[in-house]
Amino acid sequence: MASIALSSVTKAYGTHTVIRGVDLQIADGEFVVFVGPSGCGKSTLLRIVAGLVPASSGQVLIDGEDVTDVPASKRGVAFVFQSYALYPHMSVERNIGFALETLRIGKEAIRSKVETVARMLKVDHLLERRPRELSGGQRQRVAIGRALVREPEIFLFDEPLSNLDSDLRMEMRIEIARLHEDIKTTMVYVTHDQAEAMTLADRIVVLNQGSIEQVGTPLELYQAPANRFVAGFIGSPRMNFGPVPLGAEAGGFSLPDDLVAHHTSPGSRQPASIGIRPEALSLVAPDAGRMSGVLERVEDLGHEHFAYIRLADQSIWVVRVAGRPPFERRNQPVGLSFADADIFVFDSEGKRMAHRATVPQAGREASEGGLVHER
Amino acid sequence: MSAKLARREHRTAWLFLAPLVLVMLTVAVWPLGRTVFFSFTDAYLDDPTVYGLVGISNFIEVINDPAWWSAVRNTLTFAVLSVGIETLLGLGIALLLNEAIPGRGLLRAAILVPWAIPVVVATKIWEWMLNDQFGVFNRILISLGLIDHGIAWTASSSLIMGVVIFIDVWMTTPFMVLLILAGLQTIPGEMMEAAEVDGIPAWKRFWSITLPLLKPAIGVAVLFRSLDAIRMFDLAYVLAASNQNVMTVSIYARDRLISFQELGVGSAASTWVFLLVALVAIILIGVLRLDRSTGD
Repeated sequence: MASIALSSVTKAYGTHTVIRGVDLQIADGEFVVFVGPSGCGKSTLLRIVAGLVPASSGQVLIDGEDVTDVPASKRGVAFVFQSYALYPHMSVERNIGFALETLRIGKEAIRSKVETVARMLKVDHLLERRPRELSGGQRQRVAIGRALVREPEIFLFDEPLSNLDSDLRMEMRIEIARLHEDIKTTMVYVTHDQAEAMTLADRIVVLNQGSIEQVGTPLELYQAPANRFVAGFIGSPRMNFGPVPLGAEAGGFSLPDDLVAHHTSPGSRQPASIGIRPEALSLVAPDAGRMSGVLERVEDLGHEHFAYIRLADQSIWVVRVAGRPPFERRNQPVGLSFADADIFVFDSEGKRMAHRATVPQAGREASEGGLVHER
Repeated sequence: MSAKLARREHRTAWLFLAPLVLVMLTVAVWPLGRTVFFSFTDAYLDDPTVYGLVGISNFIEVINDPAWWSAVRNTLTFAVLSVGIETLLGLGIALLLNEAIPGRGLLRAAILVPWAIPVVVATKIWEWMLNDQFGVFNRILISLGLIDHGIAWTASSSLIMGVVIFIDVWMTTPFMVLLILAGLQTIPGEMMEAAEVDGIPAWKRFWSITLPLLKPAIGVAVLFRSLDAIRMFDLAYVLAASNQNVMTVSIYARDRLISFQELGVGSAASTWVFLLVALVAIILIGVLRLDRSTGD
């Protein structure tokens, strides 16, 4: 097991910069997930940790030791690829045990290690098969087994579940979480799927355009996003955003007076936009809400509904409704209601400003679900 | 699919195949059939219309001729050595070209030049370069102090086979490189990265991953080159005409047919060549298991 530290890591291909000065500490035994939109540099960053891609500048430390110039083969890390990257001409048994063949530990020792790992991953009945005879989920188990058998210091996963269908993805997600609980090895996991990030991670690293937007526990990112990007990226459906103030004439609402007063205190930044999560909104009668609009569409997901509301400024807000929504007719006027505590306020640079519920007031945060964190 | 629809599809397929079948019949099956037919006659080239059937005596005459067996020996020696060297060289160069080295595109184009030169032209160029008095090759060796006087590379009976193999390697290694390079590029990069991260040393990555996955590509390349080498005519003929030391089976057949005007015996020799090529093809396909798909 080992800790990882990245210090001012950059990567550029010619004039195209993909990683812009990343600093990150990953503790021994931690499960860290890199998440971000495609092209944000998350896979490149993982490859830099593995040594498959050399950093343009900066340092990579594993267990306090500078490994920036150490080749991938000597870093003691294991890498699981999205494409599985199994050797097609070898049996499952040889695929898993291949890395052990160079260790001179004898055929019997290799076989017993392979069998132990295969049993753990429930592929022990497939040892004689070739990769092409396996299903996607089985292939991914073999790929994980190949990494596991080496008892690496660090596990790196590059979108390992992206090629699987959704049922299997959920099943494998739980198994990876259990694997981490069992072996407690440091794991770094790259995904674009925020559900995977939220459920697996001890800490999530949100990347955007080669820079870290925020690092925090899943709950921190959800409840106290540092900026509009993180607020929009974490949570599904994504947060609704609107300009400040949403004037009454726009069919919207005005910020509560005390909130405005708080934010316009001398020297502070001016609020530029607000965000409210779909699950914090509720549908009410047109005149009973703090905002109003017309119902554009309702999506029925069985256990919940997504209602799409067109506001007067033509923007669409999503409302998550548990159970049946009170309104279902298209173009029907509806009202939206929400609590002040659920309003996220952002300044003109997109940075989140502490809203009322987060102003330190002993005993209040927990009851209203707000958070004090301002990172 | 209904039976009627299936029948219609079959008809369409035959319609598309018909021109090809026609061409194959006229340029391959008919001449081959004629050759086999003449093998059983005592016809002469000056008037092929006059002939009598002689059974298999032409075939027996060929295999009783020591010159035929000498030609078979030459052909097989040439085929094994040239294809062997070309495969090793081709593999090495392809591995180099597959690395991300600067100027790779230019190198890849440049390496094809020898293959693009017609055999006769290339052979003549090499013949001059290897000339014992005026050749640049001897000049270099003399100025390096390695030899005192020019070596008659193409006249010496012990050297000429080496020269033929050398020129063939020079000309056709690019073909090998191209086919093996194509094979190399089908190996996913992530697979090699996986092996690298797993700490597999480079030689083992090559031996246990690259080579097995390249086997089908190398197999096809070796098959093509071997069949070419066994039929080889132009290179040896331009360089040494009917020199016994490099006479191939094709040159032997040509001599019987054209020089000696023996249409019957020449045809029988040609048929033997055909059978030899077919035999080698079958053996190679069997040994390399090209009929079965390997890998994924």
